[in-house]
Amino acid sequence: MNQKQNAANQSSLNEWPLWEVFVRSKSGLDHKHCGSLHAADAPMAIQLARDVYTRRLEGCSVWVVRSDQIVASDPADKGMYFDPMEDKVYRHPTFYKLPSEVDHM
Amino acid sequence: MTTPSIQVQQAPTVQYLLRLGDTALILGQRLGEWCGHAPVLEEDIALSNIALDLIGQSRALLSRVGQLEGLGHHEDQLAFLREERDYRNVTMAELPNGPGRPGDFAFTVLRNAMLATWFRLLWERLGDSSDSELAAIAGKAVKEARYHQQHSCDWVVRLGDGTEESARRMRAALDTLWRYSAELFESDDVDAAAAANGLGPRWDALREPWLAEMRELLAEAKLPMPADTAFRSTGKRGVHTEHMGYILADMQYLQRAYPGGVW
Repeated sequence: MNQKQNAANQSSLNEWPLWEVFVRSKSGLDHKHCGSLHAADAPMAIQLARDVYTRRLEGCSVWVVRSDQIVASDPADKGMYFDPMEDKVYRHPTFYKLPSEVDHM
Repeated sequence: MTTPSIQVQQAPTVQYLLRLGDTALILGQRLGEWCGHAPVLEEDIALSNIALDLIGQSRALLSRVGQLEGLGHHEDQLAFLREERDYRNVTMAELPNGPGRPGDFAFTVLRNAMLATWFRLLWERLGDSSDSELAAIAGKAVKEARYHQQHSCDWVVRLGDGTEESARRMRAALDTLWRYSAELFESDDVDAAAAANGLGPRWDALREPWLAEMRELLAEAKLPMPADTAFRSTGKRGVHTEHMGYILADMQYLQRAYPGGVW
């Protein structure tokens, strides 16, 4: 094992895992990602999320999830994944004439 | 050049509220010493939140003391301009966090667990106080105390049932703190009067429910239930340890040097 790997293993032994925090600002709205924190386990992560991210009345519910449990798209794929949508405005439903009885679509 | 001290009334109602308000005030100040020094950033914020909750409770109680006293004292004067003998916090709250600064984390969280449990039991009962103002303060504070209890008891279990080092520190903290718990449950004229006029419970009525919760907590934390001792601390009667003068010097310096100073 080289020195760099050794150091990385040491720090993962001494550091609590990272958790992503999602806060619901009020009933009926979605939980929104608002940041991350370190905690030893799930109950501690919930408590610390409450202490770190809801101290100014930001929320009525929190979710936490281990950061390493999130599967994310590869930034290198950004070009082929997302750029092709730039010129496809016809995918927005704005080209239809709605009957007047249908409000606020 | 310094601001003169104020004298407070000795009426039992005033004294009963001062005991609560001063315990919250001094414990809040002790927890504030962790700000910027806690083991991890997240816990730093958690401890400061608890400290600020306690200062908030103290402000409400001291303001009520000022109203009941009728001498025109406001919360700042009561918090900062009394002589040591006129502070009525229980001794446990004024003990340093441990050797050096900011102190010992195990000691800090165990004291929080012991006092948060005690406060929660008190606030639950004070919700029915004959003083509607105090009942309203209790209604808000009991929610805060429930969280303080959960957060600190979690730590007691983690550390008590943790590593050899954490368990050793937790046992040492328990040995130091336990003998100061007797003061929390001794009744005298002050709480007898409060119970008689419906202001709040006699403190000895809290003993059994508190012990039951401690027994459960210590068992979960794999810590031994300490034996009772004959020692009785006397902070609530104004007779403090040698640590009290230092904490008051910290707290009072600004108000004494710059009378009436505000943010």
